[in-house]
Formats: sequence, structure tokens, C-alpha cells
Amino acid sequence: MSAQYPDDLFYTKDHEWARIEDRDGAKFATIGVTRYAVEQLGDVTQVDLPKEGEQVKQAEVFGSVESVKAVSDLFAPVTGKVVKVNSPLSDSPEYVNEDPYDEGWMIQVAVTNAKELDGLLSADAYQAFLREQGE
Amino acid sequence: MRRTPLYEAHVRLGAKMVDFGGWQMPVSYPAGILQEHHATRTAVGVFDVCHMGEVHFRGLGAAATVQRLVTNDVARLENGRAFYTVACLPSGGIVDDLIVYRLAADHYVAVVNASNSDKDFAWFREHGGQDCDIRDASAETGLIAYQGPAAAKTLQPLTNVPLESLRPFSFATDAKVGGLAAWIARTGYTGEDGFEIFCASTDAPAIWDRLIAAAGAVGGKAVGLGARDTLRLEARLPLYGNDLDDKTTPLEAGLGWVVKLDGDDFIGRDALRLQAAAGLTRKLTGFVMTERGTARHGYAIFDEDGAAAGTVTSGGPAPTLNQNVGLGYVPGRLDIPGTKLSVDCRGKRVNAEVVKGPFYKRANKGQS
Repeated sequence: MSAQYPDDLFYTKDHEWARIEDRDGAKFATIGVTRYAVEQLGDVTQVDLPKEGEQVKQAEVFGSVESVKAVSDLFAPVTGKVVKVNSPLSDSPEYVNEDPYDEGWMIQVAVTNAKELDGLLSADAYQAFLREQGE
Repeated sequence: MRRTPLYEAHVRLGAKMVDFGGWQMPVSYPAGILQEHHATRTAVGVFDVCHMGEVHFRGLGAAATVQRLVTNDVARLENGRAFYTVACLPSGGIVDDLIVYRLAADHYVAVVNASNSDKDFAWFREHGGQDCDIRDASAETGLIAYQGPAAAKTLQPLTNVPLESLRPFSFATDAKVGGLAAWIARTGYTGEDGFEIFCASTDAPAIWDRLIAAAGAVGGKAVGLGARDTLRLEARLPLYGNDLDDKTTPLEAGLGWVVKLDGDDFIGRDALRLQAAAGLTRKLTGFVMTERGTARHGYAIFDEDGAAAGTVTSGGPAPTLNQNVGLGYVPGRLDIPGTKLSVDCRGKRVNAEVVKGPFYKRANKGQS
């Protein structure tokens, strides 16, 4: 089982995470939802994601997650073009519950503006935010 | 916020607690809604339903009072038998759906929805007849549902009541469960065989622990409100506040089988007779999603031509069937199996198809 909130990820107050990689001088962000989000959602039954080539915009909705009880929007941590989609989630949405930071990843984005990363939270800051919220 | 006598038991089991109609109730335990759902379909699920209301009607006028209040035929109820029914307003709109148990000719008990119990009690008192004492016993009554194909086998060692003799909608009031006084009724809200165990609220924690242990031995589990909802939806059992309310009638809701228009008078009968004679303009209709998408309460339904047809009253995954299903009121002409509909799932029209009857029906009905 992966850590609750891995140190190498960036987080948002909407409970998404982003893993940043440098490739050929460009930055790519792999995006998913946090352990906290998964615990709040309960069993995920459907994940709706954008297609490769579509644009996502920081803090705007890029998809949704249906759990047994409810549907929740997904908010993009960064702006950019979708370069990869975790298509197995379409048949196996339970990966989001079982392994939110690895097999449960959702999309990978070519980051348009690396400055946006400055506004994301570290693992410590995200956990401090959760504590502030009384969680 | 009210707590049931099993609150500490839920916390011990690690339940996620939510506000449900003013009650702090478990929505799920760490196993999660899907596993709780499957455990009930394959083994047994244990449900805290202590929050439901129990109203006693006692006295020579008890039968007449209950008959005035509900649509089903009280005269046909024998001692030790129960029926499902609804209570209506004079308009035919539904006050609540409930189960009425007959203990004796002068003693009936109604089990009503938690969120309606104060309203129901006031309504019953307002419309009760002579020689009938109406008492709300909800606070001192514990109620635990024990549901699933392994329910009878695993409950039997804990009780003196020969369960094979207890037919569906029968109950025994001289029962013991784990040595404690209880009533056992063969009723439930899951589409499975199973029991509802009434006890003193002070005895509920001890009985709960015995049932959890008995269930656990066969892979059964404590089940929260989340799976209670998916189980009842699969079995197409309506939920008050979603599929039924004071603006819908039992005829529209497909509950005509509990409405005896030719029997003794009851509140709402005249309106329901008129509606039956005039024909229904809308019906509660079941549908399965034929494309990827989840219908939810409040989503709009359209007919095949894209014209507005109604609203989803209940919807979500049917985990046993691996399909998404729903219920909603649509014009009667659309309530025909195979009719194509679509549902607006957050801005996207997703195709659906009308189906008849329960989405899930257990293979072996057993006794009936």
C-alpha cells in the first residue's frame, strides 16, 4: 500500500495530486485524487476523463468520478494538453480506491505554465490543510 | 442529533457516520458499500434500523383506526401476520409507507420510516378513532434487520423460534434471541430472505453483537445505509422521500396491490377511486442505463424523441447486476418494457431502456 500522502507529489485543496516529471526540458504532470478524496467518495463505480489531445485548465473541471452514492467533479491542478489517459479505469474504476497514487492515476498533462506549480501544496501543507478542515 | 442504541457498536466497527433525517447513522463500514451489498446477496447483512418508528394501536377500536389510516385490507390480517401498505392524505398523496403487524384483534403495530415518524404519529393521533390508544414506542424499541440467503441458517442457533415455520410476513412475539426477549418477523427491505428482530432498545447492543458474530462466521457483515439503498433499489422497493411523497399516489407508484379500493373506507380512498377511474397520467417506471452513465435522483428523463418525460427519483449502480439502474415518474405510455428513454447525466443525454419488475430477483424464493 502506498503512503497516505506521498512526499514527492503536489496537492490541491480540491483533493487532487500531481506528480511532476521533466522530459526533454518539458514538464509533465500525472494527475489523480488523494487518499482523503477516496475515503470520502467510497467505492468508485465510474470515472469520466477527457480524451488525449484535449486541454485542461488549472482549477477547472476536467472530469468526474461516480461513486455508489454520488458524483464529484475533478479539478485540474495545472493547465495543459492531455497526453495520456489511464484507460483501464473505464473498466476497473476500483483502481482509484485500491491504489489512488499508482494504478488509480487518471490523466497525464503536458504542463503549459510551470509557474502554476508554485501554487500547489506540498504533502505537509496538504495534511495541514486537512487538519484545518477538521479531518 | 439522535443516536440509536447501537451508536457505540458502529463506532467500534469503524463506521462512517452521517446525518440521516436527524439521526447519526452508519452509511458504511470499512468494507465499503459494494462489499456490504455483496455480503447481503451471498451470505447475510446486519442492519441497524433502530431509528425506524414503532407505533402501537391498542383497544377495541384498533382495527377500525388502522383501517381508516391505511390502504390495505386490515380485516384480512391474522394474528402473527403483517402486510406492507401506505397511509394516504385525503388527496391520495402518500403520508408514509409502512408495515402493519397484527398481534391481536385489539393490538396492531405500525413500523414507519424514521424521517416520518413524528409526522406519522401526529397524523395517526389526529385521525385515530374511538377506543384506540395510539402510542409511540420508537424510543424503547430496538430493531435490527438480518438479511440474506444465510440468514435463517445462522439465526436459528440463536433462537427458540423454529424459523422454517415462519413464513414471509409472519412474525413471532414469544421469541428469544441470544437469550433475550425479542420478536422475530420474516420481513425486510433488501430483496433477500431475512428477518427483522424487535427488542428492547437496551437489549439491542447485546443482540447486535450476537448477530454480527453469527454473520461473520459465514462471511456476513454489518451493512450501512449506503448498501441498504443499493439493495432496495435493485429489488425495486420504493424509498419514501425519493420515490414516494405526499404529491404521489400509491397507484402512480405501482403500489396498487396494497390499495383495496373495494374494501372498507380509508383516508384517500375517494381520491384514489377517481384516479383509478380516470386513468394514470404518470407511473413510477424502472429503467436500466444502456450506455455508460449513472442516473441520480433529480436528473431529467426524456422520451425517445427527446421530449421531457419526467424526473429520476432513485438511481445508481445495481452492484449485483453490474448495471446502472433507476426509477422515475414518466407518462404511462412510456411504461412499457423496451421503451427507449434517455437521462440527462450532468449535461449528457445517456440512453436507457424501460424494464418491468425488480431489477434483481433472488433465484430461489424459498417459502412464500
